[in-house]
Amino acid sequence: MTGVLDLPITDLAERVRAGEISAEELAKESLSAIERGRDLNAFLNVSADAALEAARGIDARRRGGKSLGPLAGVPIAIKDVLCTYDAPTTCASKILTRAENGAPSSPAKGWRPPYDATAVARLRAADAVLVGKTNMDEFAMGSSTENSAFGPAKNPWDPRRTPGGSSGGSAVAVAARMTPGSLGTDTGGSIRQPAALTGVVGVKPSYGRVSRYGAVAFASSLDQIGPFASDVRGAARLLRVIAGHDPHDSTSAQLPVDDYEAACDRPVKGLRLGVPAEYFEKGLDPDVASSVHHAIAALEKEGCVVKPVNLPHTRYGVACYYIVATAEASSNLARFDGVRFGLRVEPPRGDLQAMYGATRESGFGPEVKRRILLGTYVLSAGYYDAYYRQAQKIRTLVKQDFDRAFAEVDAITAPTSPTPAFELGERVEDPLAMYLGDIYTLPASLAGIAGISVPCAPTPAKNGRPELPVGLQLLGPAFAEARLFQLAACWEALSRVRTRPPAP
Amino acid sequence: MITRKDVLHVARLARLELSEAEIERMIQDLGKILEYIAELNQVDTSGVAPTAHIAVEAAPFRADAIVPGLAAETALAEAPRHGGSGFAVPAFVEEG
Repeated sequence: MTGVLDLPITDLAERVRAGEISAEELAKESLSAIERGRDLNAFLNVSADAALEAARGIDARRRGGKSLGPLAGVPIAIKDVLCTYDAPTTCASKILTRAENGAPSSPAKGWRPPYDATAVARLRAADAVLVGKTNMDEFAMGSSTENSAFGPAKNPWDPRRTPGGSSGGSAVAVAARMTPGSLGTDTGGSIRQPAALTGVVGVKPSYGRVSRYGAVAFASSLDQIGPFASDVRGAARLLRVIAGHDPHDSTSAQLPVDDYEAACDRPVKGLRLGVPAEYFEKGLDPDVASSVHHAIAALEKEGCVVKPVNLPHTRYGVACYYIVATAEASSNLARFDGVRFGLRVEPPRGDLQAMYGATRESGFGPEVKRRILLGTYVLSAGYYDAYYRQAQKIRTLVKQDFDRAFAEVDAITAPTSPTPAFELGERVEDPLAMYLGDIYTLPASLAGIAGISVPCAPTPAKNGRPELPVGLQLLGPAFAEARLFQLAACWEALSRVRTRPPAP
Repeated sequence: MITRKDVLHVARLARLELSEAEIERMIQDLGKILEYIAELNQVDTSGVAPTAHIAVEAAPFRADAIVPGLAAETALAEAPRHGGSGFAVPAFVEEG
Protein backbone atom coordinates (compact mmCIF):
# COMPACT_ATOMS: atom_id res chain seq x y z
CA MET A 1 0.00 0.00 0.00
CA THR A 2 1.40 3.36 -0.92
CA GLY A 3 0.17 6.68 0.31
CA VAL A 4 0.94 10.35 -0.01
CA LEU A 5 3.97 10.00 2.28
CA ASP A 6 5.59 7.76 -0.35
CA LEU A 7 6.12 10.92 -2.37
CA PRO A 8 9.58 12.45 -2.12
CA ILE A 9 10.16 15.40 0.20
CA THR A 10 10.69 17.79 -2.70
CA ASP A 11 7.31 16.88 -4.29
CA LEU A 12 5.47 17.16 -1.00
CA ALA A 13 6.87 20.62 -0.30
CA GLU A 14 5.96 21.79 -3.84
CA ARG A 15 2.42 20.49 -3.46
CA VAL A 16 1.95 22.23 -0.13
CA ARG A 17 3.35 25.46 -1.54
CA ALA A 18 0.98 25.18 -4.50
CA GLY A 19 -1.98 24.50 -2.20
CA GLU A 20 -2.62 21.07 -3.76
CA ILE A 21 -2.36 19.40 -0.39
CA SER A 22 -2.48 20.94 3.06
CA ALA A 23 0.23 20.68 5.68
CA GLU A 24 -2.50 19.60 8.08
CA GLU A 25 -3.44 16.63 5.87
CA LEU A 26 0.19 15.58 5.70
CA ALA A 27 0.59 15.88 9.46
CA LYS A 28 -2.53 13.74 9.97
CA GLU A 29 -1.24 11.14 7.49
CA SER A 30 2.05 11.04 9.32
CA LEU A 31 0.49 10.77 12.77
CA SER A 32 -1.77 7.95 11.66
CA ALA A 33 1.14 6.10 10.02
CA ILE A 34 3.06 6.46 13.30
CA GLU A 35 0.06 5.06 15.14
CA ARG A 36 -0.28 2.11 12.73
CA GLY A 37 3.42 1.34 13.11
CA ARG A 38 3.51 1.54 16.90
CA ASP A 39 4.86 -1.99 17.22
CA LEU A 40 8.05 -0.89 15.47
CA ASN A 41 8.79 1.32 18.51
CA ALA A 42 10.29 4.02 16.30
CA PHE A 43 9.14 6.94 18.45
CA LEU A 44 9.70 7.79 22.11
CA ASN A 45 7.38 10.79 22.05
CA VAL A 46 4.87 11.91 19.44
CA SER A 47 3.95 15.61 19.36
CA ALA A 48 0.52 15.30 17.76
CA ASP A 49 -0.95 18.57 19.02
CA ALA A 50 2.13 20.66 18.34
CA ALA A 51 2.49 19.14 14.85
CA LEU A 52 -1.12 19.86 13.91
CA GLU A 53 -0.87 23.38 15.25
CA ALA A 54 2.34 24.05 13.30
CA ALA A 55 0.75 22.56 10.17
CA ARG A 56 -2.35 24.74 10.47
CA GLY A 57 -0.13 27.76 10.91
CA ILE A 58 1.69 26.92 7.69
CA ASP A 59 -1.60 26.44 5.82
CA ALA A 60 -2.88 29.75 7.14
CA ARG A 61 0.26 31.53 5.97
CA ARG A 62 -0.12 30.03 2.50
CA ARG A 63 -3.75 31.12 2.32
CA GLY A 64 -2.60 34.57 3.41
CA GLY A 65 -0.35 34.74 0.37
CA LYS A 66 2.92 34.32 2.26
CA SER A 67 5.65 32.32 0.61
CA LEU A 68 6.60 29.10 2.38
CA GLY A 69 9.98 27.55 3.11
CA PRO A 70 11.71 24.70 1.25
CA LEU A 71 10.22 22.06 3.58
CA ALA A 72 6.70 23.50 3.54
CA GLY A 73 4.46 21.19 5.54
CA VAL A 74 6.78 18.18 5.30
CA PRO A 75 6.50 15.94 8.39
CA ILE A 76 9.94 15.29 9.87
CA ALA A 77 11.02 13.09 12.79
CA ILE A 78 13.89 14.05 15.10
CA LYS A 79 16.29 11.71 16.88
CA ASP A 80 15.79 12.09 20.61
CA VAL A 81 19.38 13.26 21.07
CA LEU A 82 18.52 16.67 19.59
CA CYS A 83 17.07 19.35 21.82
CA THR A 84 13.52 20.52 21.13
CA TYR A 85 12.12 23.28 23.30
CA ASP A 86 8.56 22.03 22.99
CA ALA A 87 9.08 18.27 23.44
CA PRO A 88 10.95 16.09 25.93
CA THR A 89 14.48 15.01 25.04
CA THR A 90 15.71 11.82 26.68
CA CYS A 91 18.53 10.35 24.55
CA ALA A 92 16.66 7.08 25.24
CA SER A 93 18.14 7.20 28.73
CA LYS A 94 16.47 6.94 32.11
CA ILE A 95 18.87 9.56 33.41
CA LEU A 96 17.02 12.21 31.42
CA THR A 97 13.65 11.31 32.91
CA ARG A 98 12.24 12.79 36.08
CA ALA A 99 12.32 10.60 39.18
CA GLU A 100 9.02 9.26 40.44
CA ASN A 101 9.04 7.67 43.89
CA GLY A 102 12.81 7.60 43.75
CA ALA A 103 12.99 5.71 40.44
CA PRO A 104 13.39 6.74 36.77
CA SER A 105 10.14 7.29 34.86
CA SER A 106 9.09 7.39 31.18
CA PRO A 107 10.00 9.33 28.00
CA ALA A 108 6.86 11.46 28.42
CA LYS A 109 8.41 12.75 31.65
CA GLY A 110 11.70 13.44 29.92
CA TRP A 111 13.90 16.49 30.21
CA ARG A 112 12.52 19.64 28.58
CA PRO A 113 15.38 21.59 27.02
CA PRO A 114 15.18 25.37 27.22
CA TYR A 115 16.09 25.75 23.54
CA ASP A 116 16.08 24.06 20.11
CA ALA A 117 19.16 22.51 18.56
CA THR A 118 20.25 24.74 15.67
CA ALA A 119 19.44 21.99 13.13
CA VAL A 120 15.94 21.70 14.62
CA ALA A 121 15.41 25.46 14.60
CA ARG A 122 16.47 25.56 10.93
CA LEU A 123 13.91 22.86 10.07
CA ARG A 124 11.17 24.87 11.73
CA ALA A 125 12.29 28.00 9.92
CA ALA A 126 12.05 26.05 6.63
CA ASP A 127 8.40 25.21 7.53
CA ALA A 128 8.94 21.52 8.29
CA VAL A 129 6.41 19.99 10.69
CA LEU A 130 8.08 18.14 13.56
CA VAL A 131 6.00 15.13 14.51
CA GLY A 132 8.04 13.53 17.27
CA LYS A 133 11.26 12.24 18.76
CA THR A 134 12.70 8.93 17.67
CA ASN A 135 14.09 5.93 19.47
CA MET A 136 17.84 5.35 19.57
CA ASP A 137 20.58 3.56 21.41
CA GLU A 138 21.05 5.28 24.77
CA PHE A 139 23.20 8.41 24.21
CA ALA A 140 23.78 7.15 20.63
CA MET A 141 25.96 4.33 21.93
CA GLY A 142 25.20 1.24 19.91
CA SER A 143 24.49 -0.16 16.47
CA SER A 144 21.08 -1.79 16.87
CA THR A 145 18.83 0.53 18.97
CA GLU A 146 18.73 -2.32 21.50
CA ASN A 147 20.54 -0.13 24.02
CA SER A 148 17.48 2.12 24.27
CA ALA A 149 16.18 2.23 27.85
CA PHE A 150 12.68 2.10 26.34
CA GLY A 151 12.90 -1.07 24.23
CA PRO A 152 14.42 -1.69 20.80
CA ALA A 153 13.11 -0.30 17.53
CA LYS A 154 12.24 -2.93 14.94
CA ASN A 155 13.03 -3.22 11.27
CA PRO A 156 9.93 -2.85 9.06
CA TRP A 157 11.46 -5.32 6.56
CA ASP A 158 11.41 -8.00 9.27
CA PRO A 159 10.36 -7.02 12.80
CA ARG A 160 12.50 -9.79 14.30
CA ARG A 161 15.50 -7.84 13.08
CA THR A 162 17.18 -4.64 14.14
CA PRO A 163 16.91 -1.47 12.06
CA GLY A 164 20.51 -0.77 13.06
CA GLY A 165 21.58 2.12 15.21
CA SER A 166 22.14 4.26 16.91
CA SER A 167 19.62 6.37 14.92
CA GLY A 168 17.36 3.32 14.44
CA GLY A 169 14.07 5.09 15.13
CA SER A 170 14.79 7.85 12.62
CA ALA A 171 15.62 5.23 9.97
CA VAL A 172 12.45 3.25 10.72
CA ALA A 173 10.30 6.40 10.54
CA VAL A 174 11.45 6.93 6.96
CA ALA A 175 11.58 3.25 5.91
CA ALA A 176 7.99 2.71 7.07
CA ARG A 177 7.00 6.07 5.52
CA MET A 178 5.79 7.54 8.79
CA THR A 179 7.74 10.62 7.71
CA PRO A 180 9.56 11.11 4.39
CA GLY A 181 12.60 12.46 6.22
CA SER A 182 14.20 12.62 9.63
CA LEU A 183 17.32 13.74 11.44
CA GLY A 184 19.86 11.49 13.10
CA THR A 185 23.38 11.78 14.38
CA ASP A 186 26.41 9.86 13.15
CA THR A 187 29.40 9.45 15.46
CA GLY A 188 30.75 6.19 14.03
CA GLY A 189 28.11 5.18 11.49
CA SER A 190 24.87 5.86 13.36
CA ILE A 191 23.16 7.37 10.30
CA ARG A 192 24.75 5.38 7.48
CA GLN A 193 24.35 1.91 9.02
CA PRO A 194 20.65 2.16 9.96
CA ALA A 195 19.97 3.77 6.55
CA ALA A 196 21.60 0.73 4.92
CA LEU A 197 19.76 -1.77 7.10
CA THR A 198 16.33 -0.22 6.45
CA GLY A 199 16.70 0.73 2.79
CA VAL A 200 16.71 4.53 3.00
CA VAL A 201 19.16 7.31 2.19
CA GLY A 202 21.34 8.52 5.08
CA VAL A 203 23.95 11.26 5.06
CA LYS A 204 26.87 11.73 7.43
CA PRO A 205 28.03 15.24 6.67
CA SER A 206 31.68 16.25 7.02
CA TYR A 207 32.71 17.20 10.54
CA GLY A 208 31.84 20.89 10.84
CA ARG A 209 29.21 20.94 8.07
CA VAL A 210 26.24 21.04 10.47
CA SER A 211 26.17 22.84 13.82
CA ARG A 212 26.20 20.49 16.79
CA TYR A 213 24.57 23.08 19.05
CA GLY A 214 21.77 21.35 20.91
CA ALA A 215 22.91 17.82 20.02
CA VAL A 216 23.55 16.10 23.33
CA ALA A 217 27.27 15.30 23.08
CA PHE A 218 28.60 11.75 22.88
CA ALA A 219 32.04 12.18 21.27
CA SER A 220 32.51 15.81 20.34
CA SER A 221 35.31 15.33 17.79
CA LEU A 222 33.18 12.82 15.85
CA ASP A 223 29.49 13.72 16.29
CA GLN A 224 27.62 15.12 13.28
CA ILE A 225 23.91 15.67 12.66
CA GLY A 226 22.60 14.51 9.30
CA PRO A 227 19.42 13.62 7.41
CA PHE A 228 17.60 10.44 6.46
CA ALA A 229 15.23 10.59 3.51
CA SER A 230 13.21 8.35 1.23
CA ASP A 231 15.21 9.59 -1.78
CA VAL A 232 18.53 11.28 -2.52
CA ARG A 233 17.05 14.62 -3.50
CA GLY A 234 15.07 14.77 -0.26
CA ALA A 235 18.26 14.20 1.71
CA ALA A 236 19.94 16.93 -0.35
CA ARG A 237 17.18 19.40 0.51
CA LEU A 238 17.29 18.54 4.20
CA LEU A 239 21.06 18.92 4.38
CA ARG A 240 20.94 22.26 2.59
CA VAL A 241 18.48 23.50 5.23
CA ILE A 242 20.45 22.37 8.29
CA ALA A 243 24.04 22.98 7.09
CA GLY A 244 26.14 26.10 7.58
CA HIS A 245 28.02 28.04 10.18
CA ASP A 246 26.44 28.74 13.54
CA PRO A 247 27.95 31.13 16.06
CA HIS A 248 26.82 28.73 18.80
CA ASP A 249 29.20 26.00 17.56
CA SER A 250 32.73 27.18 16.91
CA THR A 251 33.56 23.90 15.15
CA SER A 252 30.90 24.55 12.51
CA ALA A 253 32.70 25.49 9.32
CA GLN A 254 32.60 29.00 7.90
CA LEU A 255 32.19 27.66 4.38
CA PRO A 256 29.36 28.28 1.93
CA VAL A 257 26.73 25.54 1.61
CA ASP A 258 26.55 24.06 -1.89
CA ASP A 259 23.35 23.59 -3.86
CA TYR A 260 23.07 19.85 -3.25
CA GLU A 261 19.88 19.46 -5.26
CA ALA A 262 21.51 20.96 -8.34
CA ALA A 263 24.34 18.44 -7.85
CA CYS A 264 21.77 15.63 -8.16
CA ASP A 265 21.27 16.53 -11.84
CA ARG A 266 24.94 16.64 -12.80
CA PRO A 267 26.26 13.79 -14.99
CA VAL A 268 28.84 11.54 -13.34
CA LYS A 269 30.88 10.81 -16.48
CA GLY A 270 34.59 11.03 -15.79
CA LEU A 271 34.37 10.90 -11.98
CA ARG A 272 37.00 8.58 -10.54
CA LEU A 273 35.71 6.01 -8.04
CA GLY A 274 38.05 4.17 -5.69
CA VAL A 275 37.29 0.65 -4.55
CA PRO A 276 39.23 -0.14 -1.36
CA ALA A 277 40.23 -3.79 -1.12
CA GLU A 278 40.11 -3.57 2.68
CA TYR A 279 36.32 -3.08 2.55
CA PHE A 280 35.70 -6.30 0.63
CA GLU A 281 37.61 -8.79 2.76
CA LYS A 282 36.64 -11.73 4.94
CA GLY A 283 33.54 -11.03 7.02
CA LEU A 284 31.61 -9.36 4.20
CA ASP A 285 28.31 -11.12 3.47
CA PRO A 286 28.52 -12.45 -0.14
CA ASP A 287 25.05 -11.16 -1.03
CA VAL A 288 25.97 -7.68 0.23
CA ALA A 289 29.21 -7.84 -1.77
CA SER A 290 27.46 -8.75 -5.01
CA SER A 291 24.85 -6.04 -4.56
CA VAL A 292 27.55 -3.40 -3.99
CA HIS A 293 29.65 -4.64 -6.93
CA HIS A 294 26.58 -4.46 -9.13
CA ALA A 295 26.05 -0.79 -8.18
CA ILE A 296 29.71 0.06 -8.82
CA ALA A 297 29.53 -1.63 -12.23
CA ALA A 298 26.44 0.40 -13.09
CA LEU A 299 28.24 3.66 -12.23
CA GLU A 300 31.19 2.53 -14.35
CA LYS A 301 28.81 1.99 -17.26
CA GLU A 302 27.65 5.59 -16.80
CA GLY A 303 31.19 6.76 -17.43
CA CYS A 304 32.82 6.70 -13.99
CA VAL A 305 36.41 5.51 -13.89
CA VAL A 306 36.73 2.72 -11.33
CA LYS A 307 40.10 1.94 -9.81
CA PRO A 308 41.43 0.11 -6.77
CA VAL A 309 42.68 2.14 -3.81
CA ASN A 310 44.25 1.14 -0.52
CA LEU A 311 43.22 2.24 2.96
CA PRO A 312 45.75 0.14 4.88
CA HIS A 313 44.81 1.31 8.40
CA THR A 314 41.15 0.29 8.03
CA ARG A 315 41.66 -2.73 10.28
CA TYR A 316 42.66 -0.45 13.17
CA GLY A 317 39.58 1.75 12.85
CA VAL A 318 37.45 -0.14 15.35
CA ALA A 319 40.07 -0.17 18.11
CA CYS A 320 41.03 3.45 17.48
CA TYR A 321 37.40 4.58 17.53
CA TYR A 322 36.53 2.74 20.72
CA ILE A 323 39.36 4.52 22.52
CA VAL A 324 38.76 8.03 21.17
CA ALA A 325 34.97 7.90 21.36
CA THR A 326 34.77 6.39 24.85
CA ALA A 327 37.39 8.80 26.19
CA GLU A 328 35.34 11.74 24.96
CA ALA A 329 32.11 10.14 26.20
CA SER A 330 33.47 9.60 29.69
CA SER A 331 34.10 13.32 29.89
CA ASN A 332 30.88 14.46 28.17
CA LEU A 333 28.65 12.24 30.29
CA ALA A 334 30.06 13.61 33.54
CA ARG A 335 27.37 16.30 33.26
CA PHE A 336 24.64 13.79 34.14
CA ASP A 337 25.02 14.05 37.87
CA GLY A 338 21.50 14.61 39.17
CA VAL A 339 22.03 18.31 39.91
CA ARG A 340 20.66 20.40 37.05
CA PHE A 341 18.26 18.21 35.08
CA GLY A 342 16.76 14.77 34.78
CA LEU A 343 16.97 12.02 37.32
CA ARG A 344 18.21 12.37 40.89
CA VAL A 345 18.46 9.47 43.30
CA GLU A 346 19.39 10.43 46.85
CA PRO A 347 20.23 7.58 49.19
CA PRO A 348 18.98 8.27 52.75
CA ARG A 349 21.58 10.19 54.77
CA GLY A 350 23.88 10.11 51.73
CA ASP A 351 26.26 12.90 50.85
CA LEU A 352 26.85 14.53 47.45
CA GLN A 353 29.15 11.72 46.25
CA ALA A 354 26.54 9.12 47.19
CA MET A 355 23.93 11.08 45.21
CA TYR A 356 26.17 11.16 42.13
CA GLY A 357 26.89 7.44 42.35
CA ALA A 358 23.30 6.36 42.97
CA THR A 359 21.88 8.66 40.26
CA ARG A 360 24.33 7.39 37.64
CA GLU A 361 23.93 3.79 38.77
CA SER A 362 20.17 3.80 38.24
CA GLY A 363 20.12 6.25 35.33
CA PHE A 364 22.62 4.72 32.89
CA GLY A 365 22.21 1.41 31.05
CA PRO A 366 24.90 -1.28 30.72
CA GLU A 367 26.48 -0.12 27.44
CA VAL A 368 26.77 3.48 28.61
CA LYS A 369 28.40 2.31 31.84
CA ARG A 370 30.75 0.08 29.87
CA ARG A 371 31.84 2.97 27.67
CA ILE A 372 32.21 5.42 30.55
CA LEU A 373 34.44 2.90 32.35
CA LEU A 374 36.47 2.13 29.23
CA GLY A 375 36.91 5.83 28.46
CA THR A 376 37.90 6.61 32.03
CA TYR A 377 40.38 3.72 31.95
CA VAL A 378 42.13 4.76 28.71
CA LEU A 379 42.50 8.31 30.02
CA SER A 380 43.68 7.31 33.49
CA ALA A 381 47.20 7.78 34.80
CA GLY A 382 49.54 5.10 33.49
CA TYR A 383 47.36 4.17 30.50
CA TYR A 384 47.00 7.48 28.68
CA ASP A 385 50.08 7.04 26.45
CA ALA A 386 49.48 3.36 25.71
CA TYR A 387 45.86 3.82 24.72
CA TYR A 388 44.61 7.35 24.15
CA ARG A 389 47.76 8.91 22.71
CA GLN A 390 48.44 5.87 20.53
CA ALA A 391 44.84 5.96 19.26
CA GLN A 392 45.16 9.64 18.33
CA LYS A 393 48.29 8.82 16.33
CA ILE A 394 46.48 6.00 14.54
CA ARG A 395 43.67 8.44 13.85
CA THR A 396 46.24 10.56 11.99
CA LEU A 397 47.24 7.49 9.94
CA VAL A 398 43.60 6.70 9.11
CA LYS A 399 43.10 10.27 7.95
CA GLN A 400 46.29 10.13 5.85
CA ASP A 401 44.99 6.94 4.18
CA PHE A 402 42.00 8.93 2.94
CA ASP A 403 44.10 11.95 1.94
CA ARG A 404 46.26 9.71 -0.23
CA ALA A 405 43.25 7.97 -1.75
CA PHE A 406 41.50 11.25 -2.57
CA ALA A 407 44.60 12.41 -4.43
CA GLU A 408 43.81 9.59 -6.86
CA VAL A 409 40.00 9.38 -6.88
CA ASP A 410 37.00 11.66 -6.44
CA ALA A 411 35.02 9.32 -4.21
CA ILE A 412 35.28 5.93 -2.55
CA THR A 413 32.65 3.22 -2.96
CA ALA A 414 32.14 0.47 -0.41
CA PRO A 415 29.50 -1.44 1.48
CA THR A 416 28.00 0.49 4.41
CA SER A 417 27.66 -2.57 6.64
CA PRO A 418 29.27 -6.01 6.25
CA THR A 419 25.90 -7.72 6.79
CA PRO A 420 22.23 -6.94 6.24
CA ALA A 421 20.00 -6.38 9.29
CA PHE A 422 20.81 -8.92 12.00
CA GLU A 423 18.35 -10.44 14.42
CA LEU A 424 17.42 -8.69 17.65
CA GLY A 425 19.41 -10.22 20.47
CA GLU A 426 22.05 -11.69 18.15
CA ARG A 427 24.91 -9.45 19.29
CA VAL A 428 23.65 -8.12 22.62
CA GLU A 429 25.74 -10.43 24.75
CA ASP A 430 28.94 -9.74 22.84
CA PRO A 431 29.81 -6.03 22.77
CA LEU A 432 32.92 -6.63 20.67
CA ALA A 433 30.92 -8.39 17.93
CA MET A 434 28.58 -5.39 17.88
CA TYR A 435 31.55 -2.99 17.58
CA LEU A 436 33.12 -4.99 14.72
CA GLY A 437 29.94 -4.55 12.66
CA ASP A 438 30.89 -0.87 12.31
CA ILE A 439 34.19 -1.58 10.58
CA TYR A 440 33.20 0.15 7.30
CA THR A 441 31.77 3.31 8.83
CA LEU A 442 34.21 4.14 11.63
CA PRO A 443 37.26 5.19 9.55
CA ALA A 444 35.36 7.98 7.76
CA SER A 445 34.15 9.28 11.11
CA LEU A 446 37.70 9.32 12.47
CA ALA A 447 38.82 11.25 9.39
CA GLY A 448 35.89 13.71 9.55
CA ILE A 449 35.02 13.21 5.87
CA ALA A 450 31.63 13.12 4.10
CA GLY A 451 29.63 9.93 3.61
CA ILE A 452 26.28 8.78 2.32
CA SER A 453 24.51 5.44 2.28
CA VAL A 454 22.10 4.86 -0.60
CA PRO A 455 20.06 1.68 -1.14
CA CYS A 456 21.29 -0.91 -3.64
CA ALA A 457 19.66 -4.22 -4.55
CA PRO A 458 18.29 -6.08 -1.49
CA THR A 459 19.72 -9.50 -0.68
CA PRO A 460 17.63 -12.36 -2.13
CA ALA A 461 15.34 -14.25 0.26
CA LYS A 462 16.95 -17.55 1.23
CA ASN A 463 17.53 -19.94 4.15
CA GLY A 464 14.72 -18.39 6.14
CA ARG A 465 16.20 -14.90 5.71
CA PRO A 466 13.77 -12.58 3.91
CA GLU A 467 14.77 -10.03 1.29
CA LEU A 468 16.77 -7.39 3.18
CA PRO A 469 18.10 -3.95 2.19
CA VAL A 470 21.74 -3.25 1.39
CA GLY A 471 23.51 0.11 1.47
CA LEU A 472 26.09 1.42 -0.99
CA GLN A 473 28.41 3.73 0.92
CA LEU A 474 29.96 6.65 -0.93
CA LEU A 475 32.74 8.57 0.80
CA GLY A 476 34.19 11.88 -0.31
CA PRO A 477 36.71 14.40 0.95
CA ALA A 478 35.62 16.81 3.67
CA PHE A 479 32.95 19.22 2.36
CA ALA A 480 32.54 17.31 -0.93
CA GLU A 481 28.93 16.41 -0.11
CA ALA A 482 27.73 17.77 -3.48
CA ARG A 483 29.79 15.15 -5.33
CA LEU A 484 28.30 12.38 -3.19
CA PHE A 485 24.76 13.58 -3.96
CA GLN A 486 25.70 13.64 -7.66
CA LEU A 487 26.82 9.99 -7.57
CA ALA A 488 24.05 8.82 -5.25
CA ALA A 489 21.33 10.43 -7.37
CA CYS A 490 22.78 8.87 -10.52
CA TRP A 491 22.81 5.41 -8.96
CA GLU A 492 19.31 5.90 -7.55
CA ALA A 493 17.98 6.74 -11.00
CA LEU A 494 19.68 3.69 -12.52
CA SER A 495 18.92 1.24 -9.77
CA ARG A 496 15.16 1.00 -9.59
CA VAL A 497 15.65 -1.26 -6.58
CA ARG A 498 12.94 -1.97 -4.10
CA THR A 499 13.26 0.58 -1.32
CA ARG A 500 9.96 0.01 0.38
CA PRO A 501 9.54 -2.76 2.98
CA PRO A 502 6.90 -5.42 2.30
CA ALA A 503 3.46 -4.62 3.74
CA PRO A 504 3.02 -6.14 7.21
CA MET B 1 44.38 -7.99 32.01
CA ILE B 2 41.90 -5.78 33.87
CA THR B 3 41.42 -6.63 37.51
CA ARG B 4 38.59 -6.14 39.92
CA LYS B 5 40.68 -3.44 41.57
CA ASP B 6 41.03 -1.60 38.23
CA VAL B 7 37.27 -1.71 37.61
CA LEU B 8 36.51 -0.39 41.08
CA HIS B 9 39.14 2.33 40.64
CA VAL B 10 37.77 3.66 37.34
CA ALA B 11 34.20 3.31 38.60
CA ARG B 12 35.13 5.56 41.50
CA LEU B 13 36.79 8.07 39.15
CA ALA B 14 33.66 8.05 36.98
CA ARG B 15 31.31 8.38 39.99
CA LEU B 16 29.54 5.17 39.04
CA GLU B 17 28.28 2.75 41.60
CA LEU B 18 28.15 -0.83 40.35
CA SER B 19 26.31 -3.85 41.66
CA GLU B 20 28.28 -7.04 42.32
CA ALA B 21 26.88 -8.60 39.12
CA GLU B 22 27.86 -5.51 37.11
CA ILE B 23 31.42 -5.61 38.47
CA GLU B 24 31.82 -9.22 37.35
CA ARG B 25 30.36 -8.45 33.92
CA MET B 26 32.60 -5.40 33.44
CA ILE B 27 35.75 -7.36 34.32
CA GLN B 28 34.86 -9.82 31.54
CA ASP B 29 33.69 -7.28 28.93
CA LEU B 30 36.41 -4.69 29.47
CA GLY B 31 39.03 -7.45 29.51
CA LYS B 32 37.93 -8.66 26.08
CA ILE B 33 37.70 -5.15 24.64
CA LEU B 34 41.10 -4.10 26.00
CA GLU B 35 42.66 -7.25 24.61
CA TYR B 36 41.26 -6.34 21.20
CA ILE B 37 42.28 -2.67 21.25
CA ALA B 38 45.80 -3.59 22.37
CA GLU B 39 46.40 -4.50 18.70
CA LEU B 40 47.00 -0.80 18.12
CA ASN B 41 50.36 -1.25 19.81
CA GLN B 42 51.51 -3.35 16.83
CA VAL B 43 51.53 -0.20 14.73
CA ASP B 44 54.75 1.76 14.57
CA THR B 45 53.70 5.34 15.20
CA SER B 46 57.09 6.88 15.85
CA GLY B 47 57.15 10.23 14.13
CA VAL B 48 53.34 10.36 13.73
CA ALA B 49 51.66 13.38 15.30
CA PRO B 50 48.51 12.64 17.31
CA THR B 51 45.31 14.15 15.89
CA ALA B 52 44.35 17.10 18.05
CA HIS B 53 41.36 18.18 16.01
CA ILE B 54 39.78 17.38 12.70
CA ALA B 55 38.80 19.91 10.03
CA VAL B 56 39.02 22.92 12.30
CA GLU B 57 41.33 25.42 10.64
CA ALA B 58 41.26 28.05 13.33
CA ALA B 59 39.02 28.98 16.20
CA PRO B 60 36.71 31.73 14.99
CA PHE B 61 36.56 34.90 17.03
CA ARG B 62 33.32 36.52 17.98
CA ALA B 63 32.56 40.04 19.01
CA ASP B 64 33.23 40.70 22.67
CA ALA B 65 29.64 41.72 23.27
CA ILE B 66 27.21 40.92 26.04
CA VAL B 67 24.32 38.78 24.86
CA PRO B 68 21.45 37.51 26.97
CA GLY B 69 21.86 34.06 28.49
CA LEU B 70 19.32 31.75 30.08
CA ALA B 71 17.19 33.41 32.73
CA ALA B 72 17.81 31.87 36.16
CA GLU B 73 14.27 30.54 36.40
CA THR B 74 14.60 28.86 32.99
CA ALA B 75 17.89 27.28 34.00
CA LEU B 76 16.36 26.02 37.24
CA ALA B 77 13.09 24.83 35.69
CA GLU B 78 14.23 21.23 35.19
CA ALA B 79 16.31 20.89 38.33
CA PRO B 80 15.36 17.93 40.54
CA ARG B 81 15.71 20.30 43.50
CA HIS B 82 16.43 23.98 43.72
CA GLY B 83 16.38 26.68 46.30
CA GLY B 84 14.90 29.48 44.22
CA SER B 85 18.21 31.07 43.25
CA GLY B 86 20.40 28.00 42.82
CA PHE B 87 20.56 24.23 42.47
CA ALA B 88 20.13 22.39 45.77
CA VAL B 89 22.38 19.42 46.57
CA PRO B 90 22.98 17.26 49.62
CA ALA B 91 25.44 18.68 52.14
CA PHE B 92 29.05 18.04 51.18
CA VAL B 93 31.00 19.97 53.77
CA GLU B 94 30.87 19.41 57.50
CA GLU B 95 29.37 22.32 59.33
CA GLY B 96 31.86 23.72 61.82
